[in-house]
Amino acid sequence: MDHLDILENKSIHIIREAYKQFHQLGLLWSIGKDSTTLLWLCRKAFFGNLPFPVIHIDTTFKFPEMYTFRDHWAKEWKLNLIISKNQEALDRGIGYATHDAITCCDELKTKALKQLIAQKKFKAILVGIRRDEHGIRAKERVFSPRSENFTWNYKNQPTELWDQYNSSAESSDHMRIHPLLHWTELDIWEYIKRENIPINELYFAKNGKRYRSLGCMPITKPIDSTATTVDAIIAELKTTKTAERAGRSQDKETAYAMQKLRSLGYM
Amino acid sequence: MNTLNFVIVGHVDHGKSTLIGRLLYDTNALPTDRVEELKAACNALGRELEFSFITDHLQEEREQNVTIDTTQIKFKTQNRDYTIIDAPGHKEFLKNMMTGASQAEAAALIVDAKEGVQEQTRRHASIIALLGIKQVVVLLNKMDLVEFSKERFDQLKAQTETFFKTLDMTPAHIIPIVAKDGDNCANPSTRMQWYSGLTFLEALDQFTIKEKPTNKPLRYSVQDVYKVGEKRILVGRVEAGVLKSGQKITFLPSNKQTVVKTIEVFGNEGKKEAEAGECIGITISDPLFIERGEIACAVEQPPIIAQKIESNVFWFSSKNFEKKDKITIKLATQEASCRVEQLERIDSSTFEVIEHDATQLCPTEIGRFVLIPEKPIVIEDFNEVEELGRFVLELNGEAAGGGIVVSKQDKA
Ligand SMILES: Nc1nc2c(ncn2[C@@H]2O[C@H](COP(=O)(O)OP(=O)(O)O)[C@@H](O)[C@H]2O)c(=O)[nH]1
Repeated sequence: MDHLDILENKSIHIIREAYKQFHQLGLLWSIGKDSTTLLWLCRKAFFGNLPFPVIHIDTTFKFPEMYTFRDHWAKEWKLNLIISKNQEALDRGIGYATHDAITCCDELKTKALKQLIAQKKFKAILVGIRRDEHGIRAKERVFSPRSENFTWNYKNQPTELWDQYNSSAESSDHMRIHPLLHWTELDIWEYIKRENIPINELYFAKNGKRYRSLGCMPITKPIDSTATTVDAIIAELKTTKTAERAGRSQDKETAYAMQKLRSLGYM
Repeated sequence: MNTLNFVIVGHVDHGKSTLIGRLLYDTNALPTDRVEELKAACNALGRELEFSFITDHLQEEREQNVTIDTTQIKFKTQNRDYTIIDAPGHKEFLKNMMTGASQAEAAALIVDAKEGVQEQTRRHASIIALLGIKQVVVLLNKMDLVEFSKERFDQLKAQTETFFKTLDMTPAHIIPIVAKDGDNCANPSTRMQWYSGLTFLEALDQFTIKEKPTNKPLRYSVQDVYKVGEKRILVGRVEAGVLKSGQKITFLPSNKQTVVKTIEVFGNEGKKEAEAGECIGITISDPLFIERGEIACAVEQPPIIAQKIESNVFWFSSKNFEKKDKITIKLATQEASCRVEQLERIDSSTFEVIEHDATQLCPTEIGRFVLIPEKPIVIEDFNEVEELGRFVLELNGEAAGGGIVVSKQDKA
C-alpha cells in the first residue's frame, strides 16, 4: 500500500465505524475540496449508495459556481441532499454588509446546523476537517463529542487509543466525526488527482488568481496563482510558505478567533 | 512518501514544545504567516518569541505556558515525512498523552539536564514501554544550563539507561541538546565538541516505519454487514496476512467455515487479493449468519480464542477501578463484558508492585489484569499481531484503560 492507500483505508475504516455506531448520521458538505473528497470516500465505503443524507448549510453568500457544482453532483450521485438555512437570521438582515464575520458565521452556519440537528435528530455528523489546517484543529479527536449548545470541551477530550473510538460519551448531544483528520492539504490534492475527483472550478487559476479554500464570498480572497490544473496546484503547494486559510479573514481577526469559533461550535 | 509518527514525551517544562517549534523552524516547515501570528501572540502576552507557542494553541496553554492536549504536526527531511505528536507532560493530562502516544511508532523522551529525571519522565517511559513502542531516543535538554558539561551528561546517561533497563528497553540514542537554540536538534552543536553522536533528526531518520503484518496468517475483522443490491457484503479490515478470493476461511469465535467468494471494493471490481491494512468487503459462498466482531482466519493457522486474558493495562480514568466492577473490553471489532479474576497494582513511575492481590486500581497506575470475558475473544500475542493484541477497557461507557495482551495465553 502506498501513502494514499494508507490514508484512504484509515478514512474508510472511520466512516464505517461511524455508521455502525450512529445510524442517525449526516455528512456535512461545504462543496469545497475536503468535504467533496470525504463524500467520495463515503461513496467508496458504501459501494456507491450513501445510507445517510448529505447536508449543505447554505449561508446564501456562497459563490454561484458552488451552487451549480452542488446541484450537478447531487443529481449525478443521487444524493439525499438536505439544504439548510437560518431563515430567521436572514430575515433579520444578518449579512456581511452589516455584520462582522464572526457574527455571520455563528448565525448563518453554526445556528443553521444547530437547528437542523435538533429538527432531524442527528446523532453524529461527518466533517471533513484536517489537523494541518490550523493549530486548534490539530488537537481534535476523530470522534469528538459536542454538547447541546455545540460547545467543544477541548480541555477534557475523551481518550482515543489506536482506532477504538468512543461512541457513548453520555453527556454529549452529538458526535462530530472527522475521517480526514490525518490528511494534509497536499494529500487531498494528490488523492484528487489519483481518483479523478470532480472539483469546483474556483480552485483553478483564472487571470492569475485562484481560491485555495472556499468559504463565503465576502470573506474569501483568492491567492495569486497560475495553477490551472491539479498537477500545477500540487507543484504550487510543494513550494508555498503561506498557510491554506490565509485567505479566510475570520481566522485572523484575533489570534484566538479560531478557538472562539470552535468552542462556539463552528466546524 | 510514507510517514513516521513519533511522539515527544517528558516531564512538564523539560522542553517538548520548544523542541518541536525549533524543529519546525529549522526544517522550514512553518508558513510565514504562522511565524507572524506567533510573534503577534507573544507580543500580546509581553514575551519574546517562544518556540513552544507553535504547538500550544489553546489560549490557556499560552497564558499558562503548559501543553494541555496532544497535537499532531507534520514536517519533512530529505529522507521522509514525519508526524510529530506533542504529548502533554502534566500528570493531570496523562490520558491526552496516551491518546497521542498510541498513534506513534517511535518516541523521544526529553529530560531537563539540570532537573534530571522526574516522576513524569519515568511514568511516560513506562507508558511508552506498555504501548509496545520500541524505538526510543532520549534527549538531555537545556545543556546550556549545565555549562554543556560532559560529566553531567555522562551521569544522566547512566541514570537513564538504568531505569530503561527495568522496563526491558534500551534507548537507541541519548543526545545532549539545547532545544531553545537548536543544538543537536536539526543541526550539530558547536558548543559540545565532546559529543560525536547523531543529532536528533539523524537519529529519527534511522528509525523504521512499522511494516503491516502481511506475512502473518490471515485475520480479517468484520466491522459490519451491508446489503448492496442482492449481495450481502461483510465489510472489515485485513488485520494480518493476505485475503484471497477463493480462499477457505473460518469465522471465529463462532467457528463457521466457508470460502471467500468475492472481494468487494467500489471502483475496483474483480479484485483478487487484499493485504493487511486494507478495508474491503467480502461475499462468502455459504449463507452463514455473520456479525460484527467475528474474525475471519486462515483455516490452518487459528489464533488464540481466549476465555481468560492476561494483560497489562494503564489506568488513565480519573476514577478508581474496583475489582468487583464489570468492565467492557474492546479489541479490534470485538466487544465483551468482563469480570476481573485477578488484579495486581503497579506504580507507573517507580515500576514497583504496590499490591499483589489488589481489590482496586487508582488513576495513573498500571494493573496486571486477568480478565474473564463473558464470551470467548479472539486475541494474539501483542508481539505477533499488534492489531489483535491491544485493547481498550471501558468503564460505564467511557474509555478508562488501555492495555496489551501479554505472554502466551491458555487456548480455549
Ligand atoms: N535555557 C534553556 N531553556 C529552555 C530550553 N528548552 C526549553 N527551554 C525553556 O523551558 C521552558 C519550558 O519549555 P516548554 O517547551 O514549554 O516545555 P514543555 O512543557 O515540555 O513543552 C520554556 O520557558 C522554554 O523557553 C533550552 O534548551 N535551554
